[in-house]
Amino acid sequence: MSLFLIVALPFFGALLPGIMNSAGRSACFGVTFTVTLSAFVGLLTNLPTVLAGEVVMARVNWMPELGLNFTLMLDGLGFFFAFLILGIGLLIIAYGRQYLSRDDHMGEFFTYLLLFQGAMVGIVLSDNILLLLVFWELTSLASFLLIGYWKHLPEGRQGARMALAVTGMGGLAMIGGMLILGQIVGSYDLSVILQNREAIQADPLYVPALLLILLGCFTKSAQFPFHFWLPHAMAAPTPVSAYLHSATMVKAGIFLMARMWPVLSGTPEWFYIVTTAGLVTMVLGAVIALFKHDLKSLLAFSTVSHLGLITMLLGTGTAFGALAAVFHILNHATFKAALFMSAGIVDHEAHTRDIRRLGGLRHLMPVTFTIATIAALSMAGIPFLNGFLSKEMMLEEAHHTVLFGSHWLVPVMATVGSLFSAAYCFRFIGHTFLGPVRDDYPHKPHDPGAGMWLPPAILVVLVVVIGVAPFLVQDFVFMVTKSVIGEAAELKTKYIKIWHGLVPALYMSIIAVVGGLAMMLVFKPLSKVWETTPRPEAKVIFEAIVEAIVRLAQALTHPLHNGSFTRYAMIGIVAMIAAGYHAWATGTVADPVRELQAAGPVPIAGWAMLVAATGGLVVMHRNRLLALILIGIVGLMVSVGFVYLSAPDLAMTQFTVEVVTIILLLLALNFLPNRTPTESTSLRRVRDAGVAIAAGLATFGLAYHYMLRDTVAASISEYHLANSYKGGGGTNVVNVILVDFRGFDTYGEIIVLGIAALLIYALTETLLGGPVRRRLLNRIPDQARSGDMHPMMMVVLTRVIMPVVLLVGFYIFLRGHNEPGGGFIAGLIVSIAVVMQYMASGFSWASARLKYPYHGVIGAGVLVAGLTGIGSWFVGKPFLTSDFTYVRIPPFHKFELATAALFDLGVFLAVVGAVMLSLESFSRLARRADTEDSVHPMDIDPSRNAAASGSAVDMKEDT
Amino acid sequence: MELLVASAIGVLTAAGIYLVLRLRTFPVILGMSLLTYAVNVFLFASGRLTIGAPPILSDDVTTYTDPLPQALVLTAIVISFGMTAVVVMISLGAYLGSDDDHVDDQPESTGSEASQ
Repeated sequence: MSLFLIVALPFFGALLPGIMNSAGRSACFGVTFTVTLSAFVGLLTNLPTVLAGEVVMARVNWMPELGLNFTLMLDGLGFFFAFLILGIGLLIIAYGRQYLSRDDHMGEFFTYLLLFQGAMVGIVLSDNILLLLVFWELTSLASFLLIGYWKHLPEGRQGARMALAVTGMGGLAMIGGMLILGQIVGSYDLSVILQNREAIQADPLYVPALLLILLGCFTKSAQFPFHFWLPHAMAAPTPVSAYLHSATMVKAGIFLMARMWPVLSGTPEWFYIVTTAGLVTMVLGAVIALFKHDLKSLLAFSTVSHLGLITMLLGTGTAFGALAAVFHILNHATFKAALFMSAGIVDHEAHTRDIRRLGGLRHLMPVTFTIATIAALSMAGIPFLNGFLSKEMMLEEAHHTVLFGSHWLVPVMATVGSLFSAAYCFRFIGHTFLGPVRDDYPHKPHDPGAGMWLPPAILVVLVVVIGVAPFLVQDFVFMVTKSVIGEAAELKTKYIKIWHGLVPALYMSIIAVVGGLAMMLVFKPLSKVWETTPRPEAKVIFEAIVEAIVRLAQALTHPLHNGSFTRYAMIGIVAMIAAGYHAWATGTVADPVRELQAAGPVPIAGWAMLVAATGGLVVMHRNRLLALILIGIVGLMVSVGFVYLSAPDLAMTQFTVEVVTIILLLLALNFLPNRTPTESTSLRRVRDAGVAIAAGLATFGLAYHYMLRDTVAASISEYHLANSYKGGGGTNVVNVILVDFRGFDTYGEIIVLGIAALLIYALTETLLGGPVRRRLLNRIPDQARSGDMHPMMMVVLTRVIMPVVLLVGFYIFLRGHNEPGGGFIAGLIVSIAVVMQYMASGFSWASARLKYPYHGVIGAGVLVAGLTGIGSWFVGKPFLTSDFTYVRIPPFHKFELATAALFDLGVFLAVVGAVMLSLESFSRLARRADTEDSVHPMDIDPSRNAAASGSAVDMKEDT
Repeated sequence: MELLVASAIGVLTAAGIYLVLRLRTFPVILGMSLLTYAVNVFLFASGRLTIGAPPILSDDVTTYTDPLPQALVLTAIVISFGMTAVVVMISLGAYLGSDDDHVDDQPESTGSEASQ
């Protein structure tokens, strides 16, 4: 199967569980399992190629300019990890089906799980390191969702946030490291990077790159000092812990260290940092694990410890170390996932994971006991189980490792780590399963159904099989190790076996197991000492750091961002003026090439009206109604100016928009105070005026300056003029530009307009759904209402005018392609015709006669425009290519049919819908409890009022 | 003519900015409307001013004004209506919710800490 498909399957499959959730839990599980199984089988089809030592590649260019391509690579290492991810994934899904209770949303869980699975497979198959980073961050996000799956638990939320903060931070560091690496090599493809060991290690930026990448690996794989997030992530459901925190995600850091091993390892920096971090993590994790009372916490710290072990092995930089690391990754994944699942079974059955409340479960849960014991003994390093083999190899490697000039440091630490490791394994078995049966379990435990114990049982079978017959997996492990170390080193063959003779590793192993047993005997006093010893609590420190960062951010933000919009506006305006002045002062100014055009008395009169209205607006803006009238004059003068300056389309648009804007502002003013009180000091007003005048002078200077000069480069307008008729079939160039040349822009614009209208609608809904509703209904207007709410004159006039206006709108629409007009203007005109009905007869009367909701009209408009655009695909042209033809149907004149007209129809509908939805939303707010809804177009029939006065009370209660 | 248009742009900008810097929502909305006029005319003027030569193609006319800024400004006018409507709605909602039409946060309403 194609590598793309293997990576894509979980992502696309993630859609299914959510959809199938209502079809029942089994269906939900079924699709998830099938998706994973398909990917797994797909992976296996590549096995022969990988075993033959070849590397499967797949490549699609994504953004080649950035070096970011969708390149996938499947070699031994990638296969090994993908196998673990998908194989254990299958078992976890089967286990999760049984584990989740009826209250848990199973579709959500499996969706997250598949997203995570896809991201993990993506990491291990990526050939491009930038692509790898994308998947890397996706695992952090998916694990955040999974850890916080039980949203009602505060521990879950806190644990998820901590995990995201730590691994996300590491991911950011890694981006930096990867970018440096890519810069050094000149390519972001792993297959190229892995060939450039000398170049990378000789580069002065090697150390920063190494540090940043290791930061990413250490945070992900919970290495000291970033180990603290993993135990808190145990608030997740157990299938998640078993999957993410034993077998897959925490191994991502290990994977990357292994992947980068050929180019990064072998230097003193690598050796000291990685080996030390691994060693410290191994010992620290093992010691803490021994004293944890929560089964999952114990396992979490043991995972930390084992990850440390693997890290240390990779740190040594020898081929044998890499071999042992690979082998231990395999072994750890098998026994640890089984252990987590067993702990989950105990929790599920006994309703507690507290080891102090357990014991004696051997008799009650014999199956679980067997599974857990074998897995734990393997972890402790008991012969004939797989944990023993890799632990022996680790001790052997430790024996040969010299750290900080000491021959003793690493072997002793490794032995101490193994000793504690054996001890907590024995404690896990002893304190949970052995001992007398108790009668105070929170819930009487018994073995679960096969669906739950079968997945760990399968893993335990593997534990035993590998432990007894290691030669079965030997070739596979060698193949994987070869792809880790590349050509860098030679591998000693035939090492994986049970008996090596009386070598130091064996003695160390014996010391560890015997010491572990001895420690169990003195566990009680030891535990007391541990409880009384003060030690730093990672969570408290983490919270304190987060708190401090938040406080720092607040200290920086609050003074800058103090909630004063006026201040932001002032800063912005002053900055713009200053920047403009700087550009003006430092640039060169060309001489004017155009002549000033003479202005007749009419333009001067129009200008004088505009300036007078604007000035009056500033002086009298406190009277808000007057201000509206004045701004109407300004808008009118601007429209007239457009007509005069050869822009009839603009004039029509401006004029109609002016009408609807004034209606809108009047509607708003209905609720707002009528006057603006004087609040600012006169000093402040002088300052504002100063800034405003400076800005006005600046725009004046700029506009005046460029109007007297020609454009620096030739404009594309000539092209539009030349091709408007030939290519677009229309003589109104502005309209042809809108619906044809730049149709895609227009398409975006009508969508924006529709979104704005929907936003207004949504805000109105929110207002009417909240506490404001009562106030609106009981509002007492501050001015006397008109005695005649729906005057007969107006009703009759608007009704008579309506068809005429609609006809004008239709005419304007049709002629738009060749004469001034078009969808925008026609839409506005038709809106005005409809708004007039609302004004004349009231909101409820008009909306009762509304057949098509305005949302639908917006949607239809966008759809018509979009489908027109898509239509051109069917004739093999790009989106929104227009076509036109001339038709003659006798007895009419020859006329034109253009697809652009269809697009313009979409524009028309969207504009009508958006304008009407906005205005309608506003007028909905205006309804009050003490005015009855108008059922009739006008209120003039006195007999009707007399008859209706009795029922008016009822209507009030209805509203 | 150029002087008239440029000075009109300047006057509209100055008045718009002065009103935008006021403390209540309504004058700020009016100020933004004035700024919209100023910006639209400014963009329109970037096609240079031509009198009596609309961009409607015809056989007996050879000079046309620049159609491109007109097309851009046309949609800008319509979008500005949408923007004005949204801003008016937001300010109206704020006023109805709190009985206060100040633009700036008032001292007693600040101090909302980011919740955990």
